[in-house]
Amino acid sequence: MIPLSFYLTFGVLLFVIGVIGVLTRRNVVIVLMSIELILNAVNLTLISFSHYLNDLRGQVFALFVIAVAASEAAVGLALVIALYRGKHTFNLDDVNLLKW
Amino acid sequence: MHAMKLLVWLIPLFPALGALTNGLLGKRVTRDKAHYVAVGSVGISLVLALIVIIRVMAAPEQPIHAKAFTWIFAGSFQADMALMVDPLSAIMLFFVCGVGFLVHLYAVGYMHGDPGYWRFFTYLNLFMMSMLILVLADNYLLMFVGWEGVGLCSYLLIGFWYERPAASQAGKKAFLVNRIGDAGFMMAVFLIFWTAGSIDYETVFNQAHHGVFTTGVATAATLLLFVGAIGKSAQVPLYVWLPDAMEGPTPVSALIHAATMVTAGVYMVVRSQVLFMLAPTTMMVVAAVGAITAIFAASIGLVQTDIKRVLAYSTVSQLGYMFLACGVGAFSSGLFHVMTHAFFKGLLFLGAGSVIHAMHEEQDMRHMGGLYKHIPGTYRTMAIATLAIAGIFPFAGFWSKDEILTMAVKAGGINAFFWILGMCAAFMTSFYMFRLLFMTFYGQERFDEHHVHPHESPSVMLTPLKILAVLSLIGGIVVGIPPENGLFHRFLGHAFHHWVERHPHAFHLWPDLFLMILSTLVAFAGFFTAYSMYLSNPQERASFGGKISGAWNVLWSVVIWNRRGVDVFYTERAEGFATKYALAYDTLLNKYYVDEFYHQYVVRPIMWGMNALWVFDGTIVDGIVNGFGKFARLYSNWSGWVDRRYVDGSVNGAAELVRGGSQVFRLLQTGVVQNYLLVMALGVFVFVAIFLIAV
Repeated sequence: MIPLSFYLTFGVLLFVIGVIGVLTRRNVVIVLMSIELILNAVNLTLISFSHYLNDLRGQVFALFVIAVAASEAAVGLALVIALYRGKHTFNLDDVNLLKW
Repeated sequence: MHAMKLLVWLIPLFPALGALTNGLLGKRVTRDKAHYVAVGSVGISLVLALIVIIRVMAAPEQPIHAKAFTWIFAGSFQADMALMVDPLSAIMLFFVCGVGFLVHLYAVGYMHGDPGYWRFFTYLNLFMMSMLILVLADNYLLMFVGWEGVGLCSYLLIGFWYERPAASQAGKKAFLVNRIGDAGFMMAVFLIFWTAGSIDYETVFNQAHHGVFTTGVATAATLLLFVGAIGKSAQVPLYVWLPDAMEGPTPVSALIHAATMVTAGVYMVVRSQVLFMLAPTTMMVVAAVGAITAIFAASIGLVQTDIKRVLAYSTVSQLGYMFLACGVGAFSSGLFHVMTHAFFKGLLFLGAGSVIHAMHEEQDMRHMGGLYKHIPGTYRTMAIATLAIAGIFPFAGFWSKDEILTMAVKAGGINAFFWILGMCAAFMTSFYMFRLLFMTFYGQERFDEHHVHPHESPSVMLTPLKILAVLSLIGGIVVGIPPENGLFHRFLGHAFHHWVERHPHAFHLWPDLFLMILSTLVAFAGFFTAYSMYLSNPQERASFGGKISGAWNVLWSVVIWNRRGVDVFYTERAEGFATKYALAYDTLLNKYYVDEFYHQYVVRPIMWGMNALWVFDGTIVDGIVNGFGKFARLYSNWSGWVDRRYVDGSVNGAAELVRGGSQVFRLLQTGVVQNYLLVMALGVFVFVAIFLIAV
């Protein structure tokens, strides 16, 4: 058997890459992709634990997360389109109306 | 008795009401009918006064006391608003009301057409009220109220034509010089109160009789009282206001400066005789001042050319006689002369006013002459007055003046010297009065016939003259003989014999008759000198006999009112005298330069002091006040600086602090969402770390 820690480590790595992507990428779409990556990392962790604990609830929860991720991606892309319509840019650095 | 008390109070009350009425309503309502109120009120007072006088004559030992109320009570000091009528007040009342009424009547004619007609009568009534209060008061304080009141009215009336600068200056001078005397009077009243504990006559004189006053205190008090009299009655050295007072209308001169106000000083001395008799030094001073004034003023009157000025100096001189009488102890003789003087001097002034009126306000005698033809009524009455004042038997002035001089001789000692001065003054009086008469009425007309048409005065002016002429004729002889023991003296004696022993003098051949003859001769000598100076023509002058017959002619012409006519008035002899004795003439003409002396050594130093005080006020006092202002400004400047720098600074500093702080914190707001997410992520890591390590 592949030890659980391999899957968990892989999940963490994916999560960290996603977080870094959210925090540092300029392009809004990349940020959204990074968010999906975070969500998928969480999914992976959930499935691993479900398999190793022989509990189906992990997989059920993962299904929920996938559904939420999908709807959230839809809303996010709608926001991107609205943002583009307003500011004609995908660069997050330019979206700084909240700046002092 | 109550009715009498009321009557006494009504006597000064009616003129007061008259003054009030004319004063408040004169401009609009009474205007040129003002005299009805004024003369009417004085007329009523005269009638009431006569009633009161008759009552006093019936019971002279019991004076009427009429107290209205207690005016002041402050601890041990009490002063009543109370009047008293004793023989002395009764006599004063008689001629104050009498001459006052005649002058009011005369003024109706004299002031006719004057724009200030109603104002004149207001002041005149006010004066009558004040004089009556003065005379009727029963204590020194109330007398002083009247004293001040007449001084005020004198100022108002002298300066009546106030648009004339000379008149208003004269009014001021009168009031100021008077005030000097008043200061002395006040101090005397203080001293009397301090010594006797009261200021009403009866109490003070009783106390004095019982020896409360030492000689020293009595001397001090009476000297101070006499200072007041010097101011009010125009003696040397405070006489200078009286000649200038002639700027006022002639009725004013007649009433105030001949008959009533100036005699207030004499009245006061006679009233205080109990005190004066305790102070022989003061008596000597009084007699000396009186005698010196008599001759001094008479000498000035010799050369004056303004008719009223001559009469003014004559008044000063005659007042000197009255004080001479008081000084030698002959108080009733002094008062007798006051009365006769009121008659003939009042007549002289009113007559002079009549002349001035006839000559269209000309007052210089050098421009008169020959008026006996034009204004015979005035001339006749003035002739009688001149005979009276010269002291010619049997006119009024002879009796009173002769009595004074006789008493001076009888008093002995230095008083004999005063008698000599008095005799010289009598000679001068006779001379200058006849000079006045001749210059005004006799000789050729020295005025321009085309411009001046002398006309006789209306009867409202002439009738008072005639009444006064009758009084000048018989006023002396009826009440004054025998000398020192006539009706007048015995009546007056009742007032004071409680306190002062006096023996009426029997009439002796020596020295009384001798002195009588001597003074008559002196009067005639004055007349003769005036005649030979001005009226004797060259043929008469050639021989002594001629001169005597010429003089006799003129004398008869005066007595029988110039039926014979004297047509030439010579000025050359007088002018010759003037050039020959130029120094004396100039000195007399310039009134011994007394006014100039006073101006240089009294008025100018005072004005210098006044200026100095004004400068002091302007620099130092105002400097202090301004200094306070400057200090306040300085302080407020500093206060503002402190406020700006520290108070505002603190407030601003606090704000700066907040701003500085916020400056730091606002950097957190980058507006970039990823920054916020980064912070969030870091926060999560921190909390997890804490959770893992600490928990």
